[in-house]
Amino acid sequence: MQDAAGAVVAFEHVTKRYGRSGGPPAVDDLTFTVAAGEICVLVGPSGSGKTTTMKMVNRLIEPTSGRITIDGQDVMSLPAVELRRRIGYVIQQVGLFPHLTVAENIAVVPGLLDWDKPRIRTRVEELLDLIGLEAGSYADRYPAELSGGERQRVGVARALAADPPVMLMDEPFGAVDPIRRDRLQNEFLRLQDKVGKTVIFVTHDVDEAIKMADRIAILQRGGTLAQYDAPAAILAEPASEFVEHFVGADRGLKRLSLNRVSDLELTRPIVVRAGDDRAAARGRLRDGDGAGYALLVDAEGRPIGWIDDDELAGDGTITADAARAGAVTVEPETTLRDALSALLGSSVMLGVVVDERERVIGLVSVESISDRLRKAGSPT
Amino acid sequence: MNADEPFIRFDWIIDNLGQIGQRLGEHVLMVVASVLIGFVISFGLALLARSHRWTYGPIIAVTSTLYAIPSLALFVLLIPITGLSLTTGIVALVLYTLLILVRNIVVALDGVPPEVVEAATGMGYGPLQRFWRVELPVATPVIVAGLRIATVTTVGLVAITTFIGLGGLGYLIINSGTRRFFPTSIYVGVALCVVLAVVADLLLLWLQRRLTPWAAAQGR
Amino acid sequence: MELFGQGIAWLADPANWTDPRNGIFLRLWEHVSLSAAALAAAIAIGLPIGVWIGHTGRGATAVIAIANIGRAVPSIGWLGIVFPLTLVAFGRGGLGFVPSVIALTALGIPPIVTNAYAGMREVDADLVEAGRGMGMREMDVVRQVEIPVALPVILAGIRVSAVQIVATATLAAIVGGGTLGDFIIQGIFVRALDRVVGAAILVAILAILTELAFSLLERRAISPGIRRGGQAAPIEPGGVALPRVAG
Ligand SMILES: Nc1ncnc2c1ncn2[C@@H]1O[C@H](COP(=O)(O)OP(=O)(O)OP(=O)(O)O)[C@@H](O)[C@H]1O
Ligand SMILES: [Mg+2]
Repeated sequence: MQDAAGAVVAFEHVTKRYGRSGGPPAVDDLTFTVAAGEICVLVGPSGSGKTTTMKMVNRLIEPTSGRITIDGQDVMSLPAVELRRRIGYVIQQVGLFPHLTVAENIAVVPGLLDWDKPRIRTRVEELLDLIGLEAGSYADRYPAELSGGERQRVGVARALAADPPVMLMDEPFGAVDPIRRDRLQNEFLRLQDKVGKTVIFVTHDVDEAIKMADRIAILQRGGTLAQYDAPAAILAEPASEFVEHFVGADRGLKRLSLNRVSDLELTRPIVVRAGDDRAAARGRLRDGDGAGYALLVDAEGRPIGWIDDDELAGDGTITADAARAGAVTVEPETTLRDALSALLGSSVMLGVVVDERERVIGLVSVESISDRLRKAGSPT
Repeated sequence: MNADEPFIRFDWIIDNLGQIGQRLGEHVLMVVASVLIGFVISFGLALLARSHRWTYGPIIAVTSTLYAIPSLALFVLLIPITGLSLTTGIVALVLYTLLILVRNIVVALDGVPPEVVEAATGMGYGPLQRFWRVELPVATPVIVAGLRIATVTTVGLVAITTFIGLGGLGYLIINSGTRRFFPTSIYVGVALCVVLAVVADLLLLWLQRRLTPWAAAQGR
Repeated sequence: MELFGQGIAWLADPANWTDPRNGIFLRLWEHVSLSAAALAAAIAIGLPIGVWIGHTGRGATAVIAIANIGRAVPSIGWLGIVFPLTLVAFGRGGLGFVPSVIALTALGIPPIVTNAYAGMREVDADLVEAGRGMGMREMDVVRQVEIPVALPVILAGIRVSAVQIVATATLAAIVGGGTLGDFIIQGIFVRALDRVVGAAILVAILAILTELAFSLLERRAISPGIRRGGQAAPIEPGGVALPRVAG
């Protein structure tokens, strides 16, 4: 099935006041347009109205005034349940139904839409494949039998099930640890490359916003829009003192988040495997420019760890436990900022770039990152 | 019952206030005695279950089985042993409190967060001091919750002891009420049982709030 | 122990089972049919109420307060309350089955209502919102999300109610409802302890079987995804119910 591309989502003078009386607005006169197929990240301090703004799109909250359109059609013109079945929805706590299997969870919206069984089954398999979970071993598991990251991926698959043009995601990666969050972000970006949805994504993490967004909407207390622009533009020219403060004093460093590992020219590591001859490996290490280290990988080409000259001394073959230290891995979608901080934290100061299957595709070093920055003009 | 017998005869109530009061007194006495004795025994059993974990299963199995015996039958069955006496009634009532109380005391003590116990140990409490000063107070709300259920249950059960010549308010419900088709007596008995249960429940709730002011938000 | 032997002996005598006017088979049938009718009625009344107040939160305080007072009414009290009313309504025909079913139903409702309410309330608000956000109607949310997730607690309430009804059905004998309790009442009056013990054993077995049957049902009906593991919950007033001794 060819996934439908995104739709244009437009906010026109949208205001929301909670309660009956005319209290202060939670969202105040928002006007902005999210282009089809773009990721728009709503970011701002707690209570600035991010969630409220997002939930008005699928009418879990109804605006007090103003209107929201999807491809020109007012969301209020459709019955709420029909509207919601055409909008993907992912929340922080994932909200997978614990009594349903992975496959059944993904099948919820198609079921509500009365798809026939074979069509649902095909779609579920397609989606599991898309999020990289093998249908054979995952389809019949219950959410309690998944890791936090897997649950999150299933949550995304569930939201994509009926192929909605628009996805709403409220702090979808808020509850996972930083390393796994980086993975999930990368995976979602790869997914988005394939599906091209219009995504409205809520976070309070500026770094996440810079990494994920095509365009960032910064909200401030009182629910007004402080700035709406591409990440690079926001970093280069914050529209107000509030934005400057919110984005942080380390804007220069944050610009590192605008570039990804895939923007670098990767070097090739000297790769050795268990069973290789030690003497031959020593020779390759001396001839190459691997900074004195060889990378030990397993049979699938996944990194195990680094080996230096000393550990290669002697005769015979290399054993699988010869690696001295674990290798830091990054993915092509990892931002240079995250890559740099990972490298600085490792003893070898080299990062192994791996693909989705964790196979080695190259190396990054602190030098390669700083070269790239010099070429791009040093950050302010 | 005659067709013209009214459901409530206030004149009878007024004429028999003395008798009603006496039955109420009996009822309260049996409830208090059974719950107190039951609590002491349950506390011992709970401590045993916690120090020798393997005993917990058998204790729960035995108390659950006791719980499944119809009360009417249990009272009668005790007659050959303890006769038609107050003892018979109390013994049976005590047996029925054990399941709820033991289970709640064990669950309550198990529920004390390990970090609290560890902190107390770290601060230099000995095992006994730690139990009385830290674990027991933290466990009190759940223990009192068990006491509340046990008490309300016992208020209802005392009524059945009518069949062995006791009964408290049960006498009003069964002997002078149902057997003689005299609704006034039934309704007085039932109403007082309900009032007694509610009052006892509120008293225990109040007690728990006094004992654990920090847990004020929990009780219902 | 000697008494216990007498009870077993009484149970072992086939003549005690087959007497068409006062046999164990007859009383057992009365006991089971009375219990089943009362349980069915208690579920039919209690479950929709509990689910509704659990879903909406409306009227919960009042309903739960009534249910708690209901629990404070002694089991014998329900029979006492109901039977003069049915006597007036149906005359002598009002003795026996009808007041017993009504009383047992009244007794069975509170645990079903409180557990259904507590179970529904316990369902994570995020799940409900996830359901709504995906385009479920209110009825879909109740049927596809809240009830399945609350099922362990809901079924526990029905189990408690069933065990309680089976145990209390004994008391129906007092108002002419027959049941195994009849042997106990007879035994008290004619001092025939063998049949008291025998009937008590049967009722206890029946109660335990009921408990087991419902545990099995729970195991089959509850999704493996939400089997509750971990720590036992305490027994709380107004919370999840435990059977009370009766009859
Ligand atoms: N249901 C509600 N009723 C009343 N006020 C609400 C409600 N939901 C949110 N608010 C208020 O509206 C404002 C915006 O809330 P919102 O949840 O949209 O903030 P947010 O930006 O998502 O915050 P956070 O980062 O903490 O999730 C807050 O002041 C909040 O207290
Ligand atoms: Mg929010």
